Amino acid sequence: MNITSEEFDKEVLSCDKPVVVDFNATWCPPCQALHPMLEELADESDEYKVVFVDIDEDPILATEYHVSSIPCLVFFKNGEEYERRVGLIPKKRVKKILEA
Amino acid sequence: MYDILIIGGGPAGLTAAIYARRAGKKCLVLEATACGGQILNTDKITNYPAMASISGPELAQNMQQQVLDLGAEIEYDKATMITAIDGGFSVKGEDGEYAAKSIIIAAGTSPRKLGLPREDEFIGKGVSYCVTCDGAFYKGKTVSIYGGGFSAAYGALYLADIADKVYLVHHHDELRATGSVIDAINANSKIEMVLGSDIAELEGSEKLTGIALADGRSLEVDALFVSIGRVPHCDFCIDLKLDDEGYIVADESCETSIPGIFVAGDIRTKNLRQIVTATADGAAAAEAAIRFLN
Repeated sequence: MNITSEEFDKEVLSCDKPVVVDFNATWCPPCQALHPMLEELADESDEYKVVFVDIDEDPILATEYHVSSIPCLVFFKNGEEYERRVGLIPKKRVKKILEA
Repeated sequence: MYDILIIGGGPAGLTAAIYARRAGKKCLVLEATACGGQILNTDKITNYPAMASISGPELAQNMQQQVLDLGAEIEYDKATMITAIDGGFSVKGEDGEYAAKSIIIAAGTSPRKLGLPREDEFIGKGVSYCVTCDGAFYKGKTVSIYGGGFSAAYGALYLADIADKVYLVHHHDELRATGSVIDAINANSKIEMVLGSDIAELEGSEKLTGIALADGRSLEVDALFVSIGRVPHCDFCIDLKLDDEGYIVADESCETSIPGIFVAGDIRTKNLRQIVTATADGAAAAEAAIRFLN
């Protein structure tokens, strides 16, 4: 799902499951490659959540989380960041981090 | 056991899979990240025949779909080791192990790193290898780009449209790039050339804040874009013949020094590295592998 900064608290920080936040932009080619893989991942399980943040629509969130290279995946558990990956990584690895 | 295992899902590897499947061979593509390879960093491709203009991810998606429709398998795993086994080869990945009668290596290249301490630590925090991916983050900021070739020169011009100030840093006293791009750089008041010194140190705590040069100069920058060419991905612990730069030696037949192992795309010794030369290699390597199997 796509979220904005207003929804971040509810959808990410207060979520009782692990969440991966994909910071992306429409002009970023690798982000376009990653997007469908993450959507597949979202459909595969209810044990975690996948959310997308468009950094152009929401520059505040990108700044707040010091995102300066995309695609950037930030993993949250119980409201805390526990892992971060910059650049393309395979779906399986994202899943592994979410299930860790 | 697969007939043909292809390491790398870029244009070379995917084309090899198309030819392998059309010949009825059981085929696996092992891709480390996402299918497409280097074209995934390309916004617009305008030199691929019959496609006046297409984005890299879209072209990659089309190739991948064609491969899947033809019945090839794609597995996301990074190949780390090839060993000879009875009747073929075993490829060890980070997550699994795969056996095949023949191998096509189409693993491509990745950006060359500076090799400085803390370089990895600053990736995504100021250090980048892709101007078109990350340039947009530095609107109104001061950035640097390191390199002396055409990609560094064009990168500096690209960044000058976004940033307030661009330092173009190169260890020689002049750039390797020549011609109109140099005129454009000289005419651009936002670009300052800093020549004749290597980068000695990356500075900053949480993120990059500056670079120190070997000759003592120091530049305050929010980003450093590294643009010093690419290196082949050929670390499979097998004794293949490589050239001085690490590319796998093979002519147009795509046959390597080991029977049963073939090579395709940017990782092969060649003069021109383009999508069309990669796809051409893919076809030639698959054809050679099919001949080997039969």
